[in-house]
Amino acid sequence: MAASPALRDPAWTGRVFWMLAALVLLAPALAMTEFKPWLLFSAESLKSTRGFVADFFPPKIEAEFLLLVARECWRTVAIATAGMALALVIAIPLTLLSTSVLSISALPGRMHALPFFARQALRWLLILLRSVPELVWALVFVRVVGLGPTAGVLAIALTYGGMLGKVYGEILESDERQATHALLRNGAGRLQAFFYGLLPQSAAELTSYTVYRWECAIRSSAVLGFVGAGGLGQQMDNSMKMFQGSEVATMLIVFMLLVGLADTASAWLRRAMA
Amino acid sequence: MKVAAEGLAARHPAARDGAAPALRPVQLAIAPGEQLAVVGPSGAGKTTLLHALACALKPAAGRLELDGVDPWALPVARLQKLRGRLFLAPQTPPLPPRQRVITAVLAARLPRQSLAASLRSLLYPTDIVAAQAALAQFDLADKLWDRVDRLSGGERQRVGLARALVSAASLWLVDEPLSSLDPSRAAQAIETLTRAARERAVTLVTTLHQVDVATRFPRVIGMRDGEIHFDLPAAQVTRERLAALYAQREHELIGPASAPEGDDAVSGPVADLHGR
Repeated sequence: MAASPALRDPAWTGRVFWMLAALVLLAPALAMTEFKPWLLFSAESLKSTRGFVADFFPPKIEAEFLLLVARECWRTVAIATAGMALALVIAIPLTLLSTSVLSISALPGRMHALPFFARQALRWLLILLRSVPELVWALVFVRVVGLGPTAGVLAIALTYGGMLGKVYGEILESDERQATHALLRNGAGRLQAFFYGLLPQSAAELTSYTVYRWECAIRSSAVLGFVGAGGLGQQMDNSMKMFQGSEVATMLIVFMLLVGLADTASAWLRRAMA
Repeated sequence: MKVAAEGLAARHPAARDGAAPALRPVQLAIAPGEQLAVVGPSGAGKTTLLHALACALKPAAGRLELDGVDPWALPVARLQKLRGRLFLAPQTPPLPPRQRVITAVLAARLPRQSLAASLRSLLYPTDIVAAQAALAQFDLADKLWDRVDRLSGGERQRVGLARALVSAASLWLVDEPLSSLDPSRAAQAIETLTRAARERAVTLVTTLHQVDVATRFPRVIGMRDGEIHFDLPAAQVTRERLAALYAQREHELIGPASAPEGDDAVSGPVADLHGR
């Protein structure tokens, strides 16, 4: 039985239209990127894939090598952690200065012009920081401070400072602002309102995003190792160049453990703060 | 604090252009230490009036004077300092769910504290005694160390009111303080608020839906469609006047004979339902 017009979902045509539009937009992108997944399964590709993967087994577990991996792994974590610490130093003040939730002039309506443009300028600074890929920052710093972990730390600090600043800002602005605004309206200062209103409201989201970014920084520091910024990545680059698949396998396993560890830590922190 | 409003009108910042302002030009003079209740059907502009008096909304027209000073003529920093002498309690208690009650209550002290002092108080609460005393007035002394999201809706509302008692404000603007309290709690809460305001010589303006509670205030203002319909001593607020104020909105008229609007056991997330 046909539904009467009143019972038909009026949003239906729009939904279908946008789904089709997305497909139409996606098609040229696939063509442009020469997306031909069936090539993966041609006999030739399968053979070379098998050869590459077979080389991974068994992973190398000699004591001396494991010691080296442990040391480099520790260095990778240190690069990621130091980079994140510096990134926080960049991101936290920029977030606090650029978030509109803490604007006193915006309380009764529109933000004044000067604070508006100051916040906009800081937002552009954040865009500048994160629009340069960390790989490029690393190449720059390898020239400036030489090969080694320092370049990796600085590269992560700049890019991640930009990313953290942006996402922190979005978390703070998307959360319920009633508590913060009530404090500002009753005469509290901006930082006081942040610590008593905004932070308790958003602490869990901020923490879990920070831990996730730390996990990304660990991966990122591995990539940076390929351009000479030290750590496990540099070691992996060496092993790959020498076709030592078993060494690469060991290091990949260590990576999985590290990421799993970060994941566990994040889940635990979120539970603790829930 | 002395309040004077001359042709004060206000509109919500998000309101459409051309929409009628939520608060039409009103005249209002409140003497220091005076206590008054504002009644009227939903959408009458009660909350907007409170927000305008609290310097939370910039007047669209007219003039506001607090203790003889036009707050909107002050530079931003001085205005913020003046706001520290006002206490606006929204209808939905503005408490972060993961905060502890002690912190939420002591937050009312922020305007008087330096940043360093307020951070120190996060490390170890500075004035536990005052917070406990304020909560005890609302029968919540045992909730001092609980988290806000463990409280029922009515308890949250009373924590929001306890905040007023620790603030140093001299003008309390309280929006619908009884909306989620049962009748006995409501009576206690109003009794506590008015007594505390009297003791401190604080000026108290509160909006109310319960007209029977409102008529216990010395002065009652009736609002409808953004205008003040009457501004009278409680004794002159007759049934006829109230009936006229709530004409066609009788179901909102909560008097002695009708059921309470909410109950103390409401819990769960508190949505921002009030229409500003």
